[in-house]
Amino acid sequence: MQIKVRLFATLREGRGKELSKDYPEGISPGGVIQDLEIPEEEVAILLVNGRDGRLDQVLEEGDTVSIFPPVGGG
Amino acid sequence: MYGYHGKYLRINLTEGTVKVEKLDLDLAKKWIGGRGLGTKFFVDEVDPKVDALSPENKLIAVTGPMTGTTAPTGGRYMVVTKSPLTGTIASSNSGGYWGAELKFAGYDMIIVEGRSEKPVYVMIEDDKVEIRDASHVWGKVTSDATRTLMKEVPEKSRVMTIGPAGEKQSLMAAVMNEESRAAGRSGVGAVMGSKNLKAVTVRGTQKVAVSDEAGLKEVIKTCNTKIRENGVTGQGLPAYGTAVLVNIINENGAFPTNNFQSSQFATAEQISGELMAEKYLVKKDPCYRCPIACGRYTKVDDIEGGGPEYETIWAFGGDCGVDDMGAIIKANYWCNEMGLDTISTGTTIAAAMELKQKGLLDGEDLGGLPLEFGSAEAIVEWTKKIGMREGLGDKMADGSYRLCDAFGVPELSMSVKKQELPAYDPRGIQGQGLSYATSNRGGCHVRGYMISPEILGLPEKLDRFALEDKAPWTKIFQDFTAFIDSSGLCLFTSFAMGAPDYAALFNAIVGTDLDGNGVLEAGERIYNLERVFNLEAGITPSEDTLPKRLLEDAIAEGPSKGFVNELSKMLPEYYQLRGWGTDGVPSKERKDQLGV
Ligand code: SF4
Repeated sequence: MQIKVRLFATLREGRGKELSKDYPEGISPGGVIQDLEIPEEEVAILLVNGRDGRLDQVLEEGDTVSIFPPVGGG
Repeated sequence: MYGYHGKYLRINLTEGTVKVEKLDLDLAKKWIGGRGLGTKFFVDEVDPKVDALSPENKLIAVTGPMTGTTAPTGGRYMVVTKSPLTGTIASSNSGGYWGAELKFAGYDMIIVEGRSEKPVYVMIEDDKVEIRDASHVWGKVTSDATRTLMKEVPEKSRVMTIGPAGEKQSLMAAVMNEESRAAGRSGVGAVMGSKNLKAVTVRGTQKVAVSDEAGLKEVIKTCNTKIRENGVTGQGLPAYGTAVLVNIINENGAFPTNNFQSSQFATAEQISGELMAEKYLVKKDPCYRCPIACGRYTKVDDIEGGGPEYETIWAFGGDCGVDDMGAIIKANYWCNEMGLDTISTGTTIAAAMELKQKGLLDGEDLGGLPLEFGSAEAIVEWTKKIGMREGLGDKMADGSYRLCDAFGVPELSMSVKKQELPAYDPRGIQGQGLSYATSNRGGCHVRGYMISPEILGLPEKLDRFALEDKAPWTKIFQDFTAFIDSSGLCLFTSFAMGAPDYAALFNAIVGTDLDGNGVLEAGERIYNLERVFNLEAGITPSEDTLPKRLLEDAIAEGPSKGFVNELSKMLPEYYQLRGWGTDGVPSKERKDQLGV
């Protein structure tokens, strides 16, 4: 199934801003992060469709996963 | 005498006199410095009902005990006065170098009273203090005034000045230092302008004595390690500045767009921190002794300078529907030159755009300028018009509340207590709404930055839509912030440092034995003092609210779809935790307990 992955700040380096990838049923954000070789400690904020996401939740067709490293405040 | 010099300047512009006065050290320790100490002096000396732009109002520029020391980010000062925008107590913080330099000159603060008949500036060089004619710099923009004065004051002086907006008493006028650092909010620049005071230059050669040199070194080492190892202060802010928030807040669907008519901006990527770093960043622009260095220095066409911050990018960008980063950088530049608060200026333009959209500006003289959402030209040109009070810019210069009120629609002003809200839609971030509503200086994010737990997950992640626990978190953040704002350090250190760290710094510098709880208690004392002043000034608890749009109109689309802010479900618990009674008034017991 198709999952949209949006990456921000330093996570874009060597990976790009936005990817649309085909993943097997049952994939979780944790699985996506592993697939993209993002070290878990670099994941500070994880959103699924703009809502707080969990690493182990089951994703559905067409979901958008947004991943941020530690970032600022303002 | 450690941390404090124990003396301050009282400058009376009506009489043209300068006096050095002694600071009561017990009083200083109780009220810490900066926001706390400045407010204490102000409350004791000024009638809360004073007209903010009259000679009877006072303007206090006050440092903290950590200002000018070796503590990380110890360069901050506060401008405390009564705000002409909100009618509340105002305290606007600024970084850069001016605050530290005042300390080097041997003063903990300056109190400015009265009104000069002609434009003047104050020159401070250690013990030498002079009130000088400023007619040759009156009318000059910030950079020109700063550079002109630098030629006639001692070398290495630091310049705090107002721009044309302050001279013309725009209620959104800032006090600027080092050209691009601003004590931005609440119209403090208008108060300076009303006194005919253009600038205060300062040069000092003294050191700030500290109680325990060796101990302080150790504490600073620990704090610096925390700052370095924390993801936000060690990586995020240094790499992208605050602008990195654009994408985060927008992804959450809490990025107010077109004057809060929607909450997600389709082309936010065009004005993101990532894009700024790629295309416009020249270098970092840090404040005094700052290991974080969030400050940016950018260039577009023939314009270059400090900024823009996240709040600025949002105010001129998403809130005005503009996705042209070059134009935002120019608008930011003109805010600095005019001496304008970027949040209030951008959002007032956004409010005017909605007036135009709704057909309410018919017949107003727009001087041929566009005022449509999305117009890059509008944000730059209207900023200049506001600074000079030209055309409709004259009405806009008094902020969005007075502007919208003049057209019979005050509810289109996205403000609290008449001060414009910043860059987070509280319908999608519930606790931030409570923090906005109860901020002692009106619409403001840095009086209790609930974005930290609700979005960034620091120190722990809260559900941004949940209502429970938002009252206690807001209270703690507000009290903690009041202490930091009084210490002389930058609020951004708090992403990495906790209350015990500030206590340890305070103790090593001042020679006290405060603990983490003492930090929060001192902060709570300050918060209550401000509250009492506001009540006496006639600001009633009914103003602890949000614009109707945010309470009644649910967000129509995006990840925060369907939500309004549920303020009424959080406010009673908040009052109770504060010991304020159901009417929002601090009880006598609470005031006595805190020593207010
Ligand atoms: S973190 Fe940013 S605003 Fe704070 S002192 Fe450092 S450079 Fe200045």
